[in-house]
Amino acid sequence: MTINHTISVLVSNEVGVLSRIVDLFSGRGYNIESLTVAPTIDSIYSRVTIVTPADEDVIEQICKQLNRLIPVIKVAHLSVDEAIEYEIGLIKVLVDDKNKAEFLNIVAQAKATIMDVTDKIYTVKIDGTEKEVQTFAELIRGYGIKEFVRSGKVAITKGNQFSNFKNKKDE
Amino acid sequence: MNKVMYTGAEILLKSLIEEGVEEVFGYPGGVVLPLYDALYVQNDIKHYLVRHEQAAVHAAEGFARVSGKAGVAIVTSGPGACNTITGLANAYYDGTPMVLITGQVNSKLIGGDAFQEADIVGITRSCCKHNYLVKDVKDLARVVKEAFFIATTGKKGPVVIDIPVDVFNAKCTFNYPKNVELVGYNPNYKGHPLQIHKALEALFDAKRPVIISGGGVVASNASKELIELATKLHIPVVHTLMGTGTYPDSLETSLGMMGMHGNYCANLAVSNADVIFAIGTRFSDRITGSLKKFARDAQVIHVDIDPCSISKNVKAGIPIVGDIKNVLTTMLHQLSKSNHKINLELKNKWFNDIAEWKTKVAIPQKTSGKLSALTVLNSIQKFIEPDEPVVATEVGQHQMWTAQNFKFNKPRKLVTSGGLGTMGFGFPAAMGAAVANKNKYVINIAGDGSIQMNIQELMTCVDYGFKVINCIINNGYLGMVRQWQEKIYNAHYSQTKISSPDFVKLAESYGALGIRVTQEDEIIPALKRAVEFEGPVLIDFVCENFEMVYPWVLAGDSIDNVLLSREDG
Repeated sequence: MTINHTISVLVSNEVGVLSRIVDLFSGRGYNIESLTVAPTIDSIYSRVTIVTPADEDVIEQICKQLNRLIPVIKVAHLSVDEAIEYEIGLIKVLVDDKNKAEFLNIVAQAKATIMDVTDKIYTVKIDGTEKEVQTFAELIRGYGIKEFVRSGKVAITKGNQFSNFKNKKDE
Repeated sequence: MNKVMYTGAEILLKSLIEEGVEEVFGYPGGVVLPLYDALYVQNDIKHYLVRHEQAAVHAAEGFARVSGKAGVAIVTSGPGACNTITGLANAYYDGTPMVLITGQVNSKLIGGDAFQEADIVGITRSCCKHNYLVKDVKDLARVVKEAFFIATTGKKGPVVIDIPVDVFNAKCTFNYPKNVELVGYNPNYKGHPLQIHKALEALFDAKRPVIISGGGVVASNASKELIELATKLHIPVVHTLMGTGTYPDSLETSLGMMGMHGNYCANLAVSNADVIFAIGTRFSDRITGSLKKFARDAQVIHVDIDPCSISKNVKAGIPIVGDIKNVLTTMLHQLSKSNHKINLELKNKWFNDIAEWKTKVAIPQKTSGKLSALTVLNSIQKFIEPDEPVVATEVGQHQMWTAQNFKFNKPRKLVTSGGLGTMGFGFPAAMGAAVANKNKYVINIAGDGSIQMNIQELMTCVDYGFKVINCIINNGYLGMVRQWQEKIYNAHYSQTKISSPDFVKLAESYGALGIRVTQEDEIIPALKRAVEFEGPVLIDFVCENFEMVYPWVLAGDSIDNVLLSREDG
């Protein structure tokens, strides 16, 4: 069954490492739903979080193929139940005086934050799970969304678990 | 601490010497001039000048296949580097250790579309194991050390080092690192002892076991352990094209090659097995045929150094990630401690079935008055048998006929393009084999199509006196494609009839020996002349046009559906 999987990849922070990962996906016919990259606290490493639709056999192969890349240090396949997942949406919305009160109410309910205001446009920030961000966007769609930027997912395991992090040696 | 300053070019050569490199294949050009200048003033490394960069990489691969060491090639930037892509992809597919040095434009010009600039790190990313762009001469020695380490460990493969001209010219001290530190690269060599134990138990209990020996057995130098294990456990062995020679064809328990053009008995044994012990094979579509129908009743034990190969195509019940030699040695050790008695009676029916399948072989076809390719190849096989020279092949019908009919009793004797199926591979690879073999004669079995893809290397062979004997099975067609057209495309021979130059005159114009053979009784005298000649030879065997390769399993079919002649199916 094809579902979205979240993979967290720890890589050496070196030139071209992202290209290697992206080339692997395109070259082997895998899809990327979302992708985020940023250095870890130790800037010689970066963390890449990839969301990819795949069935069980394919996701296993994707993880193995990622592990095969020399600058890839660890690959973790995060299960939905055991991970905290998070993303951010930035949305520019058309708001006029007539519907302003109603709009602000929705923003407050959803715990979104107003980042910038002009006479016509409100720019709001929403964070949460992929679904929460999507739901909020759907709710305010009627006002007229001028721009919608989302960060893509970042994720981390819950509690004391790192068990999904496999060193290449452990395979 | 060594305080003497060296140029990047000198550091590269010193690093190659540290890695034990004595021979390189290459072709100079603008940005590698500093390197070629450094080569000029030294005698430790012998450089062979080829006539096309593709041939340099194939030659490095041929050298690596025969010697077991990493092959090295040097080319210039842009077109030089781009010409290596086929060779890299070939080596990557077949897991051949290799280090390719490509020149690059001045690091300050990179990205500005300079003359002969190509983004070779980008271009080669998907056809090599790893690649480097060296921007600082201080990194060069470390990068070379890492490149050789990566190329020759784990699943072996080619590594590219792209070096800008200013890095060749820049100076620094030279201290070759003793160790590599690659946190992200730790191939697992040992194999899990419990998994190995489980595998052994499964093999003990098997009624219809078979071993598939692949190219990994060659890479791991595990032929001896394979023979010992198969003998002790009484298990018949089939091999893939890349596994040729890992299990001696002379043994009764060898069932020969399996797959699309594999032996009937090999394919039937795999199809009917209850336990398949797959060692160092990727389960390519050329050996599995229809995956759905492949070995449906079998429990699969799969050993490979590359976790990606396991359960990629065929699901493994007992996966073992590790170096084959280590895994088989552990298995032999466990076997020696076990008091399990092998019950041969359990396998009686299995051996009887196999003996019966062995009687079913391809039916020789009636040919025209022209020479039969099979007659030629069988004569060559008999002639070379006592010498056991390295045999290279190009790709096509002649390659399959060679794999089917030649007897290989040792690994590293057949040099052929397996995964990528590269026409034009055999001749330059045979040159590399000749270098690795200190110029004992090497046979290259070729087709009239393939030989024309890198024929320019005749000049290289003449220059260095390489004794490469090219035996051209000249049937006037791109035979394998024609064979498919005959069977599947209503004999529409679309663009497969191919003309050739007068190979005898061509050879002579290069300063090589050319011989034409049209009659059976001319075959042996021609080979005798060829072996005596101190240089490259082209033998043009003028053969029947429409001979077919059998056994044959049509693409996508189940591998037990073996056609043995034109009349079949």
